[in-house]
Amino acid sequence: MRRERTPAPLLVPATLAVAFLVLPLAGLLVRTPWTQLGTLLTAPGVGQALRLSLLSATLATAVSVVLGVPLAWVLARSRARGRAVLRALVTVPLVLPPVVGGVALFLVLGRQGIVGSWLAGTTGVTIPFTTAAVVIAETFVAMPFLVISVEGALRAADARYEDAAATLGADRWTTFRRVTLPLVAPGVAAGAVLCWARALGEFGATITFAGNFPGTTQTMPLAVYLALQRDPQAAIVLSLVLLLVSVATLLLLRDRWLGRGGAAG
Amino acid sequence: MSLQAHVVVRRGTLPVDVGLEVADGEVLAVLGPNGAGKSTLLRVLAGLLPPDGGRVAVDGRPWDDVAAGVHLPAHRRPLGMVFQDHLLFPHLSVLDNVAFGPRTRGASRAAARRAAAGWLDRVGLADLGARRPGQLSGGQAQRAALARALVGDPALLLLDEPLSALDARTRLAVRAELRRHLAEFGGSTVLVTHDPVDATALADRVLVVEDGAVVQAGTPADVARHPRTDYVARLVGLSLLPGTGEGLTVRLAGGGTVAVAEPAAGPVLVAIRPESVALYPSRPAGSPRNAWPARVAGATPHGSTVRCELDGEVPLLADVTATAFAELGLAPGSPVWAVVKASEVTVYAR
Repeated sequence: MRRERTPAPLLVPATLAVAFLVLPLAGLLVRTPWTQLGTLLTAPGVGQALRLSLLSATLATAVSVVLGVPLAWVLARSRARGRAVLRALVTVPLVLPPVVGGVALFLVLGRQGIVGSWLAGTTGVTIPFTTAAVVIAETFVAMPFLVISVEGALRAADARYEDAAATLGADRWTTFRRVTLPLVAPGVAAGAVLCWARALGEFGATITFAGNFPGTTQTMPLAVYLALQRDPQAAIVLSLVLLLVSVATLLLLRDRWLGRGGAAG
Repeated sequence: MSLQAHVVVRRGTLPVDVGLEVADGEVLAVLGPNGAGKSTLLRVLAGLLPPDGGRVAVDGRPWDDVAAGVHLPAHRRPLGMVFQDHLLFPHLSVLDNVAFGPRTRGASRAAARRAAAGWLDRVGLADLGARRPGQLSGGQAQRAALARALVGDPALLLLDEPLSALDARTRLAVRAELRRHLAEFGGSTVLVTHDPVDATALADRVLVVEDGAVVQAGTPADVARHPRTDYVARLVGLSLLPGTGEGLTVRLAGGGTVAVAEPAAGPVLVAIRPESVALYPSRPAGSPRNAWPARVAGATPHGSTVRCELDGEVPLLADVTATAFAELGLAPGSPVWAVVKASEVTVYAR
């Protein structure tokens, strides 16, 4: 590619955009109380929130993989009618304000909810304001990321491998397990990382559906928000931890999205 | 008859209506231009595409019978298929690729691997079983694909342009090997190709398919001698001369010798395309290595050229432009010299 001088009408806004995106993060690093870092990080609430965050995001990702990969297969491979509608429905949580998602989950799974009241009546189990609710809220918001990513990988994968497997005696389930899934494994991994990162940062749906109880539903983003009201220093440190996790996620994905000139593999 | 099929497909851009029969141990080549319906036909035989009409039966057992509502899905058909670009599973070792079929068909892991190793040995890849397909050359990958297709001892072997992704040199070697394995294979083979050389070298019979229908059927020699359509004529209009390779020279069975660019040994076939034959009124200067005296036995207009049938020690077809034909004053009975560059001569094992 020929490199030319960037025209000023593009260069100025581009520079502003970079500053806008980078300066707040730099500010976070500048204001971090590095000397008290150890004490703040070992404060009792921090470890708890971090553990809960990692646990719930991981569980949400696991649920998303188990349910989302088959859904992606249906969207990419099945010839069922109404797939376009299905895809649109599935991706609604991508664009839906998470708070709305939380409200919707509450209406369905809450004690008075359509499913929730039945669940409470038959098994005595209530979901809202539990760790399970955190996982459900995060899954609701994050699963579409995995589905879209895996569906893209399935579409990009050469379906003729599946033909070859069929001529070797493999039925569709065997073909999926032994051929399709290994072929799209990088796409599943990327989708899972993306899903996990989204679940980790989830705030709106979680606080609406699961509340903000330290130890059971208070994840890192909720802890950051709460800390900002009482102890800004702690909020900065918690934010720093989340920033580090995000950068680590980006590094995990770099081969896929950054390494090859932005071409998603 | 081991494979009997009448395949009707009406969907898609091109309707296909083709009947074929292949005996046990017989190789049928389906020859035709791109988009003629060859691949559709093969996909139906494989069970990957349900036909809209007709019947496919192997060893008397119906695999497809549209009228009776029978459709055996691909994975329940005892067949092997080789694809143009091998389609070895990139995430499995070569050995596991070959063992894939036996595994899905119920063999134990150990038995499947034993069978796979045996076949890798037969195709000369015994040492490469641990490699990934990406680490194989094109020829090796196609050999592995052949082993993968044959390992289950299928009733039907389907070859979809098995050589067309290979470079010229590899192609010769793989073609010769494929020929050997096809001779040993006891089931029916259907080979789809657009290369008349493949068809001639590998098949017992040729089915020429154009626009979804059979336009000609017969032995490769029959089809080559009496092309019925322009496409067939162009396709198989090459002169095929049996002989014995002696290094860079092939001694022809009918007398005379041909200089070739690739060393050849043993029984070989020499193929010369009519358009690579140049005609001169007298022996050309510079003593080209392949110059034979001949007599024009016949001449027929063939598109913008005239196809001359040459009689002589080395019988050839030669395409010359209508202008050259006139300038040389050619007519049936005219004596000419036919000249072919050694590099224009194809030679391969018989």
